Amino acid sequence: MHRPLSSRDWFGKASAGLILGFILSLGLCGLFGTMGPGSVDYDSARGQLTMWLTAPLWAGILSGCFLFGSGRRAWAWLAIANVAVWGVLVVAGKVVGVSL
Amino acid sequence: MKIRTDIVRMYKDVHTWVGIVSGLCLFIAFYAGAITMFEVPLQRWASAPIALSAPPPPMERAGELVEKTIAAHPEAAKAYRVVVATGPEQPARMIWRVERPEDEHHHAPDSYFASTLRADGSVEVVEQPESPVAQFVDVLHQQVGLPLDHEIAMPIMGAISLLYFVALVSGVIVLLPSLVKDLFVLRAGKNLKRMWLDVHNVLGVFSLPFHIIMALTAIVFAYHDQFYDAQGAAFSKTDVRAERGGGGPAPEGALLAPHLVVQSLAAQAPDFEPQVLLYSTRPNGAVGLRVQGVDPRHGLRGPTFGVAGVDPYSGKIVMSDYLPGQQSGLFATITSFFALHFGNFGGAPVRWGYFLLGLAGAFLFYSGNLLWVESCRKKERKAGAVVQSRAVRFMGNLTVGVTLGTIAGISLTISGAKWLPAGADFAFWHSLLFYGLFLAAIGWAFARGAARASVDLLRVSAATTLLIPLTSLAAASGVVGAWNHGGDTRCIDITALVGAAAFLWMARLTRRRVTEGPKDSICAAPSKAGAKRDRARLN
Repeated sequence: MHRPLSSRDWFGKASAGLILGFILSLGLCGLFGTMGPGSVDYDSARGQLTMWLTAPLWAGILSGCFLFGSGRRAWAWLAIANVAVWGVLVVAGKVVGVSL
Repeated sequence: MKIRTDIVRMYKDVHTWVGIVSGLCLFIAFYAGAITMFEVPLQRWASAPIALSAPPPPMERAGELVEKTIAAHPEAAKAYRVVVATGPEQPARMIWRVERPEDEHHHAPDSYFASTLRADGSVEVVEQPESPVAQFVDVLHQQVGLPLDHEIAMPIMGAISLLYFVALVSGVIVLLPSLVKDLFVLRAGKNLKRMWLDVHNVLGVFSLPFHIIMALTAIVFAYHDQFYDAQGAAFSKTDVRAERGGGGPAPEGALLAPHLVVQSLAAQAPDFEPQVLLYSTRPNGAVGLRVQGVDPRHGLRGPTFGVAGVDPYSGKIVMSDYLPGQQSGLFATITSFFALHFGNFGGAPVRWGYFLLGLAGAFLFYSGNLLWVESCRKKERKAGAVVQSRAVRFMGNLTVGVTLGTIAGISLTISGAKWLPAGADFAFWHSLLFYGLFLAAIGWAFARGAARASVDLLRVSAATTLLIPLTSLAAASGVVGAWNHGGDTRCIDITALVGAAAFLWMARLTRRRVTEGPKDSICAAPSKAGAKRDRARLN
């Protein structure tokens, strides 16, 4: 049984969606942009498409983050998702300046 | 569709608050944006006739014109354009600007230089004032009305766009459970709030795809630099930005004459109609050429044009990433995002469709604000309060002042394009006309109260909008020393005339509702009888 959701904890949830949501969007864009052929360079079509992908991902996470049970949970879940996505990117050697 | 009631209730709160915060900015963006659908005709309407004694030479002599002009004015070589399709808004074959250091970006320039060939083959040059009014409305649109530096206004616009997207998602979630029941019903009855809600829902649902596109593209337009920087810092192995703007190849022989460039393009891209050739000379003397034009079968990367990168020495297309019809699949996909925002595909019908969708969007935000005011009002009635809270009055006044101030101000500043005296600081005057009336309208709404002010301000909007065709009429009949190009610029005058009539009609309806409508509405004028009744109810 869920505790009923309410808008009271909006600041905690929205700040998580805004900050961690952006970092997660960037990571997901990285998965899209770096796994496969091409580069994410500024001039390339793939780079531009990857940049465009940021907007729906970020806005979507920000819109959905109110569904978390509380602000603390929003921060925790989004942090875990970030660790997972960025972990894959680091292990795959896709992040500039970070190597294992 | 079933959604848990606590989720619906939560998203209703979210919808209310993001809507209240972003609604008025979005109104300005949409109303001004609807007008930018006709930015080119508006620019044409507002452009003073050029003071050159000879008409533009034929394209075949454009090469000669460029050579002679640069010999007389070497500063033109840095960046100049050869206009293929001349018209009132680009009235000369060769045009160039001398940039001052402070207006590199986004500051509407007040003049450009133009040249032509006299009958004896000598070159004639004038400095031509340029109306910034179309650009002014476009910047109002881009910056949601904020008179701030572009670099400051754009992130704020981006934040508004994020709220806008959240409002769309939350609005849909709130509506979903009762969608089937509510969608095709317009309960125009005694319950004013119910009717406004029905209108709000119907507009919102049927233009939802349009709004999703606008919200997402606006977020990108606001933050693309930051997104690229973050993405580049995290994943890009090469520092491309440092490589950009490099020397390019050194000059090789003579430039191909402009009309031969156009011929060569016709062979390489038959459906691309070149409009302007933009030449630029790099520090090493190499000349670069971009060609702007349209292809009616394709969406365009720029607001009103696509771009081909061309080698000015051979006429060969060297860059087709933004050339409509010759883009790779990925680039064509990205171009479609731009085209969907700008409405630059499908010709005039799509532009009119976007114009109407933009106005409907503006109305959506207006009705949203009104709903908030009305519902707060109702709750207070039930609780027995007589005097409306300061917040409700404030929001009601602000909504009326900002929305009608925007409408009246934009019309006034557009009409000013034809009667501002030559030599005036156009950018300053257009700002003054718009923001002066805009702020006065807000002041008036607070002084008179939302209900009465809405009638007054609708009349003012009708009057200033009527000024647009009146100015043209006065110019056409020689009453004032302005110009009237006729032709398709008449569409500006006719649209304004229809708009003025619509505002007058709305003023009449509003007046009737103010005096005869439900007294507990924000739309009702506070009357003595009403106050007495309220007191009686309290006792």
